[in-house]
Amino acid sequence: MDVLQLFVSGLANGCVYGLIALGFVLIYKATEAVNFAQGDFMMLGAFITLGLTNEQFMGLPFWVAVPLAIVAMGVIGYLLDMLVLRHMFGQSQIAVVILTIALGFVLRFIAGLIWGHEPIALESPIAGKEVRFGGLVLGLDEVTIIVVTLLLTIVLYFYFNRTKLGVAMQAASQNQLAAYYMGIPVKRVHSLVWALAGAVAAIAGILFASKGSIDPSVGLLGIKAFAAAVIGGFGSLPGALLGGVIVGLIEPFASYYIAAGYSQLMPYLLLFLILVFRPHGILAQVHAKKV
Amino acid sequence: MSLLEIDNVTLRFGGVVAVNQVSFSVEEGEVFALVGPNGAGKSTIFNLISRIYDPVEGDIRFDGQSLLSRQAHEIAAAGIARTFQNIELFEQATVLQNLLVGRHRHRRSNFVSELLFTPFVRSEERRHRAEVEKVIDFLDLQPYRDKYIAGLPYGVRKVVEMGRALAIEPRLLLLDEPASGLSVEETQDVAFWIEDIKKQMGITVLMVEHDMHLVSSVSDRVLALADGQTLALGTAEEVQNDPKVIEAYIGVADEHERAVA
Amino acid sequence: MRTVFKTSYDADINLFRHGTQAAWYAVLLLLAIILPFLLSDFATGEVTHMLIWAIAGMGLMILVGQTGQASLGHAAFLAVGCYANVLLQERLGLPFLLSFPLAGLIAGLAGVLIAIPTTKLHGIYLAIATLAISILTDDVIVLAEPLTGGVVGLFAPTINIFGIEFDRYANPNRFYWLTLVVTLLVILVYRNALRSPLGRSFAAVRDSEVSAKAMGVNVARTKALAFGISTAITGLAGALMGHFAGIFNNETFNIIISIQLLLMIVIGGLGSIHGAFFGAIVVALLPQAIAISRDAVGGLIGTGSVAIPGLEQAIFGAILIVFILFEPMGIYGRWVKIRTYFELFPFYRRDMFRRQKSYLKTERMR
Repeated sequence: MDVLQLFVSGLANGCVYGLIALGFVLIYKATEAVNFAQGDFMMLGAFITLGLTNEQFMGLPFWVAVPLAIVAMGVIGYLLDMLVLRHMFGQSQIAVVILTIALGFVLRFIAGLIWGHEPIALESPIAGKEVRFGGLVLGLDEVTIIVVTLLLTIVLYFYFNRTKLGVAMQAASQNQLAAYYMGIPVKRVHSLVWALAGAVAAIAGILFASKGSIDPSVGLLGIKAFAAAVIGGFGSLPGALLGGVIVGLIEPFASYYIAAGYSQLMPYLLLFLILVFRPHGILAQVHAKKV
Repeated sequence: MSLLEIDNVTLRFGGVVAVNQVSFSVEEGEVFALVGPNGAGKSTIFNLISRIYDPVEGDIRFDGQSLLSRQAHEIAAAGIARTFQNIELFEQATVLQNLLVGRHRHRRSNFVSELLFTPFVRSEERRHRAEVEKVIDFLDLQPYRDKYIAGLPYGVRKVVEMGRALAIEPRLLLLDEPASGLSVEETQDVAFWIEDIKKQMGITVLMVEHDMHLVSSVSDRVLALADGQTLALGTAEEVQNDPKVIEAYIGVADEHERAVA
Repeated sequence: MRTVFKTSYDADINLFRHGTQAAWYAVLLLLAIILPFLLSDFATGEVTHMLIWAIAGMGLMILVGQTGQASLGHAAFLAVGCYANVLLQERLGLPFLLSFPLAGLIAGLAGVLIAIPTTKLHGIYLAIATLAISILTDDVIVLAEPLTGGVVGLFAPTINIFGIEFDRYANPNRFYWLTLVVTLLVILVYRNALRSPLGRSFAAVRDSEVSAKAMGVNVARTKALAFGISTAITGLAGALMGHFAGIFNNETFNIIISIQLLLMIVIGGLGSIHGAFFGAIVVALLPQAIAISRDAVGGLIGTGSVAIPGLEQAIFGAILIVFILFEPMGIYGRWVKIRTYFELFPFYRRDMFRRQKSYLKTERMR
């Protein structure tokens, strides 16, 4: 039973990492930009929800705050691409990485300015409750995270393969010039991808905040999610989720079987090993330069 | 014994056969041209000689010894230099610095003495600089010495690319489309330079080229390729008049036309 | 407009292009030497802090700016140099004159060890690998508690060279001059690298690995060498940092410091020694500037000076965003443009330093 608890708990964490990693990969596949601020997007999404629904702030009902926060983060993502990242078009990847790192710093500060740096708990209806399956007692928050992630994955799958906008996003990410010729407004589609990544990050943030209290520095979780994306395979959406789940599961099991201090190492050690032996991740999509 | 021997070399990229059992040899001191339509495998052969790719079959011998045991960065030391079709110069360095990298093969100092910049390193720097100046004089690059590659016109970049290869002091020079994108006057300059490289410097030249005027005026022998296979070998005139080559480039008259003619 | 008339190859090989340039730097050197007499002890300490960051910046610059290899993990090598230096003095009783260069060497070897498995990685993947190294080092320091003091950390002993003490608080001037000497040595080594085949091979690896190989440059070995030299210099900075701070632990060298180091050299100007110094000036002086302006604003508005956590990093981030968007060549880049404007007046053209954008995916990949 212990093992099952660990498994569910690790899986839930893994789903949060996976959702953040999904945001990374969405943006990377579409625009070749690596958004180091994705973790801070998650943090911002959580705090916006908190700011809308918690008693001490605006006190709106939870189920009103959630869609509002998701839309808000979508808008923030869209604006960020439109106002800032479009100027970076054609420049080196490292410049964009550095830009998004700096952005993360700024976002963290702004969140601290608005909501303070003390840990606050999100007043969420799924927090702290339990669910029973036969003799099994699991946290409602953890089960919700897993269920929502699964649903979101299915929705995104249909979105990318069946809807016009989803297919347009795929086209724009594979060959921008051809997409332009087909009449797809590529720059707008890029901004929409950023909006989608922002929305996914908001969902991840709401789920994460339901598990415990948050403060502005939880955005640094993004680094672990980043490791997850690389482990799973940076160009692949299912890879992102897979990587997230792997990282999420490694942590509790490592600390169970190995001494506590070493469990923190494991995700990054795995990351380094994957980079050395299979740099394109488990579900690889490889490209090379033709001379 | 020929200077360079390509012996039954084959290379596949997945299902595409880029080079199909190609064999030819280049004698020392000659100018040998590879011609053929796009996709014939000419640059691929260069990349095989430079050890960027490994052939699936066959051998490549330079001066009697197989090159296949060498890695890409050991080719220069063997005495082979090359230029690239799409110009792979060091964009954020000056022309002089690009040419000096060509001298890397003749480096006699180690990194510790370089970090300390011992008098030996200084005298070596002067020596390298003097050698590079000879290349600059040969190619008339004096006005561009201290200019950054990023701001130079295409024609000048092509010349710097050639100069960088010459700075290696090679025995075999691989020129990948030396005249592509150049004007008529610039192409004539290239023709004169190739002649001087052959006669004054004694360097063997293997070149890939589409400009048949240039090929006819400088090459000793020509090999025509299409779809990774050899079509014809001979002097420029022989190859140009070979029916198989004409078919590959222009096409063959069909039955109706032949009946009419 | 100055025309430099060169009469020998040495004009290009020497450290200074012409007498006037040498004279300017001589004046700067003189100023640097007499600085402690012009400033208060506190200010001298701040300048020392800036110099230490500049050394670390030069270490990272030679890797990122010269060889084009990204590193988001250099704080790990600051840590290696710092801990090695102190442990060699405390556990093995070595004098500072031995432990200091040895610490640099150990950090250099650590860098080479990291470089060897990562030579095939490019761009973002290399950055991630170095990120992982930085986080792993942070954790390993905590785990190796018997050696490193774990979260509690270590005290750095006072530097003692032939009986003369160099304590950061007791002898700030001496500590400053010691740091200055190390800075000058690092600058000399860096310049020597640049004007020799070594530096050119670094630039070759940065700009085009394929043609570097065709020119006979052993790319994997060059990258490892660049890493080693870079981390050695950074290790020396780390050792000095330990003595400057007096006490340090794993938090002193965390991932944020790694990121800050990279952001710093981008703000300063990638690819030049000046860039490391300009960046270091921003990093070292920013806290002071914020404190002063906060007091000034507080005085105007009437609120007390409240400590705002994360303000420093946010302002640093904001400065960086502004630079990346509008002046990607950094502070030094802007300085060069201004200087060129005056040198070429009135013939300066606005697009002289137009950056080359690469729109082809294959051009962006190496």
